Amino acid sequence: MRDEYDVVVVGAGPAGSTAARAAAEECDVLLIEKRQEIGEPVRCAEGSPGAVLLELLGVTEINKKWISSEINGFRVNAPDGTTVDVTAEMLRMEKPLGYVLERKIFDRDLARDAARAGAHVMVRTRATGLIMEDGAVKGVKMNRLGEDFEIRSKVVIGADGVESQVGRWGGINTTLKVRDIESCAQYHMENVDILEETLDIYLGEKYSPSGYTWIFPKGERAANVGLGVLGSKLNAKRPIDYLNEFVADKLPDGQPVELVVGGVPVSDLLKTVVSDGLMLVGDAARHTEPLTGGGMLPAISGGQTAGEVARKAVRQNDASERVLREYETKWNNNPFGKQRKRMYKAKEFVVERSDEELNRMVRAVHGIQPEELTLKGITMRVLKKDPKLMLMIRHLL
Amino acid sequence: MIKVNIEKCGHCGACVAVCPTNSIELIESCLRIGDTCTTCATCVSICPVGALTALEEET
Repeated sequence: MRDEYDVVVVGAGPAGSTAARAAAEECDVLLIEKRQEIGEPVRCAEGSPGAVLLELLGVTEINKKWISSEINGFRVNAPDGTTVDVTAEMLRMEKPLGYVLERKIFDRDLARDAARAGAHVMVRTRATGLIMEDGAVKGVKMNRLGEDFEIRSKVVIGADGVESQVGRWGGINTTLKVRDIESCAQYHMENVDILEETLDIYLGEKYSPSGYTWIFPKGERAANVGLGVLGSKLNAKRPIDYLNEFVADKLPDGQPVELVVGGVPVSDLLKTVVSDGLMLVGDAARHTEPLTGGGMLPAISGGQTAGEVARKAVRQNDASERVLREYETKWNNNPFGKQRKRMYKAKEFVVERSDEELNRMVRAVHGIQPEELTLKGITMRVLKKDPKLMLMIRHLL
Repeated sequence: MIKVNIEKCGHCGACVAVCPTNSIELIESCLRIGDTCTTCATCVSICPVGALTALEEET
């Protein structure tokens, strides 16, 4: 086994595999994954917009194996049962609007693409620490099937997910406050009556205080049914308990074929996600979108940029923070980064809303017409239906 | 100290993300709590399944 690479990537999720593929076009890359199997268990509700995903992957058509359902609309259910429906037709957008993915296959294919680009891949190999010299990261200490060893590298990319330790080992504080993480539980359920091609979202304190409950279609009569509760709102009752109640109330005939639990970062941007020799990507960088909890697309986007900047650093033989900062600057100025402050503010606003306030918000847009689906249209509608509500939400618009 | 109920733990790593002393490591289905743990119980509060309990130190 080699003891030196240009780049070591820790974690083979979408961010890590994308970074490894991008870097491997020019560099010697090692991609390590602590699990026995890349892609399993899935820790994701698997919903994704369509067009942006294709653009980030650089393809014109989706691989059918990656999707379990096409999505063409969403419904939001207020605590009092009021609904608002938005469809592709109403948005006058091309179908499909998005997908519910098959992450087990998708993640593995991204790792395969990294391998085809020349990256070496090791599974059942976990990072146990970093090689640090004069405050700079110079490689990764790891353990593979019980054997400890070290691999030196010019650049380390930390893609080790929500439970990331790489950043903290390298001097970047990624610790999440409990008010900045959603604690989640999800069943993949079979034998359920669900809305076809629709992301079905439930708001309110009963099932998901300061979070939301989702039913995302996974093919015929199947769905990912899950919820998130903001960490700071948790008490003795746990997300799994809320989920069992939701399922008993709404999907009594459904049977689970899989249970997953997880933490989803919903934080503001970190002060930095780079240091000398180190870049963090994806959930490890807390790049997850804080209002929706969507992590995949910002992760793929960050992975691509980090991989490209790693190439540059290797070429210049300079992986100092100054050089790697290009990755951070680029991500902060991409569509995900640019929206970030606003999305965090929106999340901070939404998590503090009472059930009655959520009811008012949904009531104001219930029955919204296609021509009203603009910022101006929504503003005019809310002003007409509930002017006091407008005062409350004005700083969001 | 923090006790892990392995029959409840869903191996998700939410506890690792909130640990202020970076004392928790998730290795597949095994949660390892290091000796830098201060029993602050932040991990207990975030667990989606209630697998963690803070125990009083025995003296």
